[in-house]
Amino acid sequence: MTVQVLARPVNKEAEPPTERAKNRHTMPLLGAVIVVWVVGWLIFRNHDTLVLSFQQQTDFHKWINDLRDNIQASAQHNWFFHGVIGKITTFFNWLVEQIQHLFSLPAFPRPVPQVGWLGVLVLLGWVGYAVAGARSAILVLVTVFLFGILGAWQDSVDTLIITLIAVAICVIIGLPLGIAMARNKLVSTLVTPVLDTMQTMPAFAYLAPLALIFGIGASSAVVCTLIYALPPLVRITEHGIRSVPATTLEAAGSLGVTKRQLLRQVQIPMAKRTIVVGINQCTMAALSMATIAAFVSSPGLGQDVEQALQNLDVGGSAVYGFAIVIIAIMLDRTTTAASERSEKQSAARVASVGGPGVMLVTVVLEHLPRWASEETKGRRPLPSKAFRRGILGIGLVVVAISIWLSRQYLSLASFPKSLDFGTDISNKVSDFSDWFVNLAEPVTNAFKNVVTYGLLNPLQSLLGESPFWLIAPVILALALILGGWRALAVSVVCEAIIFGTGLWHDTMVTLTMTLVATVLVMLVAVVLGVSMGRSRRADTIIRPVLDTFQTIPPFVYLVPALALFGPTRFTAIVAAIAYGVPIATKLVADGIRGVAPTTVEAARASGITRWQMIRKVQLPMAREALLLSTNQGILYVLSMVVIGGLVGGGSLGYIVVSGFSQDQLFGKGLAAGIAITALGVMLDRIARYTAARHGRA
Amino acid sequence: MTADTTTPTPVASGTTGEPALKVDSLWKIFGNRSDKIIGTSDADLSRKDLQEKTGCVLAVKDVSFEVAPGEVFVVMGLSGSGKSTLVRCLTRLIEPTSGSVVLNGEEVTSANEGQLRELRRKQVAMVFQHFGLLPHRQVIENIAFGLEVRGDDRTSRRRRAQEMVDLVGLSGYERSYPDQLSGGMQQRVGLARALAADPAILMFDEPFSALDPLIRRDMQNEVIRLHKEVGKTMVFITHDLAEALKLGDRILIMRDGEVVQVGRPDEVVGAPADDYVKDFVSDVPKSHVLTLKWVMRPARPGESDSGPALQCDTIVRDAARDVLAANGPVRVLDGDKVVGMVDDQDILRVVVAEEGTS
Amino acid sequence: MRRRNRVALVGVAAALALALAACGSGGIKDTTTASGKKCGDLNIAVNPWTGYESDAYVVGDIATTKLGCNVSYQNVKEEVGWQGMSSGTIDTILENWGHPDLVKKYVDQQKTVVDAGQTGNQGIIGWYVPPWMAAKYPDITDWKNLNKYASMFKTSESGGKGQLLDGDPSYVTNDEALVKNLHLNYQVVVGGSEAALIQSFRSAEKNKTPLLAYFYEPDWFFSEMKLVKVNLPKYTDGCDADAAKVACDYPPYNLNKLISKKFADSGSPAVDLIKNFHWTNDDQNLVSTYIAQDKMKPADAAQKWIDANPDKVAAWLK
Repeated sequence: MTVQVLARPVNKEAEPPTERAKNRHTMPLLGAVIVVWVVGWLIFRNHDTLVLSFQQQTDFHKWINDLRDNIQASAQHNWFFHGVIGKITTFFNWLVEQIQHLFSLPAFPRPVPQVGWLGVLVLLGWVGYAVAGARSAILVLVTVFLFGILGAWQDSVDTLIITLIAVAICVIIGLPLGIAMARNKLVSTLVTPVLDTMQTMPAFAYLAPLALIFGIGASSAVVCTLIYALPPLVRITEHGIRSVPATTLEAAGSLGVTKRQLLRQVQIPMAKRTIVVGINQCTMAALSMATIAAFVSSPGLGQDVEQALQNLDVGGSAVYGFAIVIIAIMLDRTTTAASERSEKQSAARVASVGGPGVMLVTVVLEHLPRWASEETKGRRPLPSKAFRRGILGIGLVVVAISIWLSRQYLSLASFPKSLDFGTDISNKVSDFSDWFVNLAEPVTNAFKNVVTYGLLNPLQSLLGESPFWLIAPVILALALILGGWRALAVSVVCEAIIFGTGLWHDTMVTLTMTLVATVLVMLVAVVLGVSMGRSRRADTIIRPVLDTFQTIPPFVYLVPALALFGPTRFTAIVAAIAYGVPIATKLVADGIRGVAPTTVEAARASGITRWQMIRKVQLPMAREALLLSTNQGILYVLSMVVIGGLVGGGSLGYIVVSGFSQDQLFGKGLAAGIAITALGVMLDRIARYTAARHGRA
Repeated sequence: MTADTTTPTPVASGTTGEPALKVDSLWKIFGNRSDKIIGTSDADLSRKDLQEKTGCVLAVKDVSFEVAPGEVFVVMGLSGSGKSTLVRCLTRLIEPTSGSVVLNGEEVTSANEGQLRELRRKQVAMVFQHFGLLPHRQVIENIAFGLEVRGDDRTSRRRRAQEMVDLVGLSGYERSYPDQLSGGMQQRVGLARALAADPAILMFDEPFSALDPLIRRDMQNEVIRLHKEVGKTMVFITHDLAEALKLGDRILIMRDGEVVQVGRPDEVVGAPADDYVKDFVSDVPKSHVLTLKWVMRPARPGESDSGPALQCDTIVRDAARDVLAANGPVRVLDGDKVVGMVDDQDILRVVVAEEGTS
Repeated sequence: MRRRNRVALVGVAAALALALAACGSGGIKDTTTASGKKCGDLNIAVNPWTGYESDAYVVGDIATTKLGCNVSYQNVKEEVGWQGMSSGTIDTILENWGHPDLVKKYVDQQKTVVDAGQTGNQGIIGWYVPPWMAAKYPDITDWKNLNKYASMFKTSESGGKGQLLDGDPSYVTNDEALVKNLHLNYQVVVGGSEAALIQSFRSAEKNKTPLLAYFYEPDWFFSEMKLVKVNLPKYTDGCDADAAKVACDYPPYNLNKLISKKFADSGSPAVDLIKNFHWTNDDQNLVSTYIAQDKMKPADAAQKWIDANPDKVAAWLK
């Protein structure tokens, strides 16, 4: 009892009035800052904007280039680069290649892999049954068969290989790390900021340096996927171990358990379900990154999607995008079903979310795509152990026979062309898309122009044409007003870093796009979220759509957006909206639903209209959720705006992409990566601290 | 009339010698540098003042008591009174700030980690308000858990656990998981788990607070039954006075971390130490608690030699019929010695007073 | 317990599968090799434009079917391909556009990359307008008149100036420096890919909207639309030496092939194939048209051309 008393803030009564007083001053202060800014902009427009043209480079960029050259030169003999990194690289490349020869690539001199498609199909189905049960097995069989139907057999299997290798390594590293963090405060304090950075850093920013160190190909792909997928697993594991109820720990303690016994017999078993959820998140993140890793020549579907992007091939992107989505559904369902199986769990609530480029610890599990949710509601009786063992044993024989057959007959080894409908589907989709784009062109153009001229260009000129010495303090002032001193401190550091990269102006352009896209995301999210929060039916209709959007890897969005809007900043914004809306909407919806029913009832009793209910009761009370949703929205949008550099988004994203592909721009590209990360951290912290200060109404 | 509130009176079965549990000036203050407070003048401050001055929260303040072997010792207080902290300090689930705890002659407060673990494994077992069961284990595995961690072999711990299942009346539910059981049944599992290790002392931390009233009554009776069967020393924490009076051989009342009163149930009700306790016990049906000792009057000359007689520790309610049936005052004996008299008036005064208040 | 069993089962399954895999390979014949020499792996870089794909898949197809090579195609940008050759993950680049700085670094200094001769294709880079514009504004093909028409080229992306649309970020380009040094009132806007450029030209021609864009030959698109090149100040040797001060047209490129030193020394028969590979712009455009226009898979397109041109192929295999 007394312990809980301690957890409460000490001066509970004293605080709220001052907080409220602060809030009251926020709006006028914000207004004042913006007025100063606009006036300053009018006077000093286009002075000291720190524009750096595309081919120009700063000494910092050149210094990175030199560093890169040195690393490359020393890669031949240096003990670290040659000895350690070289060995790791060789190992990963070897590992991936061996597995590929087993399942996807022709195992030379054989014209086909060691195990043909039938073997792979049945083997995966069997594994699905072993870890997750009969339903999952059927799902796996259907999905894997679709790989072939879609004409994406080899690349799909490759994607699976890269994803699963990365996940396996994540588990080997992540579980012990998460457990250590849960049990040791120091470890947690040290590792958490590293995880934060890993998650705020858009994946694009670290691809180039990784490719430099690990070379292009499977090795870099595995490493970058690892970097991306590890944080959610570590966090959720830590959280799982931590959320074992204190009462249980105390009870175990009173029985005299050792630390080891506590871990092995209490904490891990009780956190097991949460940990499996962590593996689920890790898997989904890995899949999403394995796609982006196409930029470092990772084998797999990412290459096809990139190719489709290159060729403006909407049909191709649809087919390969669909292949990725079904892999995602398969992996998600299977791991979720596996976690359901890990039965007899405590009600685990997980506090982390895996989203490309970003993650926030306080976001709850429910906001993830949950394909498996329906079937998990009731606890279905599990088949008896003996029955399962029997099935597994028989299955094993079937697997062996299938593998053997797939090695004997060419039609069972490489997927028959007669069943490959990929090209047909792709062409149909392309035709439809051409027709649609033609039809919609006037509308899409008008829409694009309204947003570009009405919102994007004015804001860009305000941000991009203000002198840096004006805008830097303006941002700091906004950070201070909104987020308080801590937000200010972070912003100072981040601004200094951005300034140091020499890419101030480009950062401002990227910021513009991010802000515009975030505003649009929030508009959509509030509209959809409120209707979902208020109506069960709207929820049932909209949520699956959001789930699908969340599963599609980011750069699949680019292709249709590009087809509709051409290579413009607006295309990047559209893709960013498509990417950011699902998570933001779900957060808003849950916020609205979280408003106490008694309050709603009381309001209704006083006779208010529906509109008043939304405006005066539900939205204000869901304020915390709205702020959280904005925070997530910003980070999702930022990571997509960066990728939008590929389709005419320009600025930082474009520089990063160029740094990939042009030798002398490597340094500048890396600097852009740093600037993006700094921008991301700054926006994230301002939003987070704002939420913390103003969240509670 | 005054009850002795400081020295314990061993009630149970005539054991003498060492107490099962001896607590001496135990303190627990939460907060930074809390150990510096004891011994200074700050220690005399009230809980609220101390918190304002130092930021530290006083949970247990200079508590001393002894529990005799086989005794049921109840610690009672409202939430926030420090009783839960106190009981956790006894096995150092919470580290006390200062003071000493001696359990069966063994100094708990100075034990090292290994000794402490041994002590928890063999000497003391605890039953918790929220059960603290492991959801991923079946009932029988939960009960055997303590035996498992201390390294008992599989067959012997299975056997023992099965005995406990039968003892607490859970036969047939061995293979169930905790979340398939009702709250009362879950607490039976908790009870069985505590008993399984055959500890010298059982500690209960508000074990029945989370249960429905009817189930709570069943469980209380269960504890009384078990106490009769296994005769363990018990330390029982509760905020429910009725429960305390029903179960306790002696009761320690706490407020704001301090001991207000220690005594037998009739002492607490008959002679509240202060207004706080008085207020507390005002609703108690006194006839159910008080003994004749508390209602008798001195014998007038000539009254004391004949007629019906009752022992002085007879509860008023039980004595009422005899007294009212008698044709005059009834003698109250302590052993063979006449210590006073009761008549209809004395009995009715207690019973009727109750009617008036309820 | 159950989990241990499961793990054990998976282990047993894997072992069984492997055992079966190891013994029963009889039904499917190994790839046969035409030449005596064993070819082994061949990693071909594939840069992001259709013409390159044509080169890569024609060579790759021949290497697979005729030499029994184990070909894998690596989709990489130009410079990444160079890096890959240097580090050994890539064996060859089949269409290289100049890159004097990289030649210096990898061929001359590091000596990890070796020139493998010309492809026979002549490369041209420049600024192009759609045919309707050249017809309507004949003088637009002279760069000196570009400023006159700048306002026509304004778009939402060009910030009040005329828009010059560029391609993939990895393409060789001096455009930004050219705009600056020729004092043109234009803004370079990035289209992102070859397909984006083609799409833009198509829609400009169809809707008669103005467009000025970076493009290059050889490209199959010229068979669909005769783009007209804008003449920039004539290229002279060395006029593009300083990237920041360029004020002249792009040089004519004799596109060449590169192989990594490691691969060159490997004795693979594919080395000779790559060195011998030589064809015309028309050849390449034909294959590219199959891919881009007829939406054939690159490998199928290559196969179609190979089947139709046995003589040329035979010459490469000598």
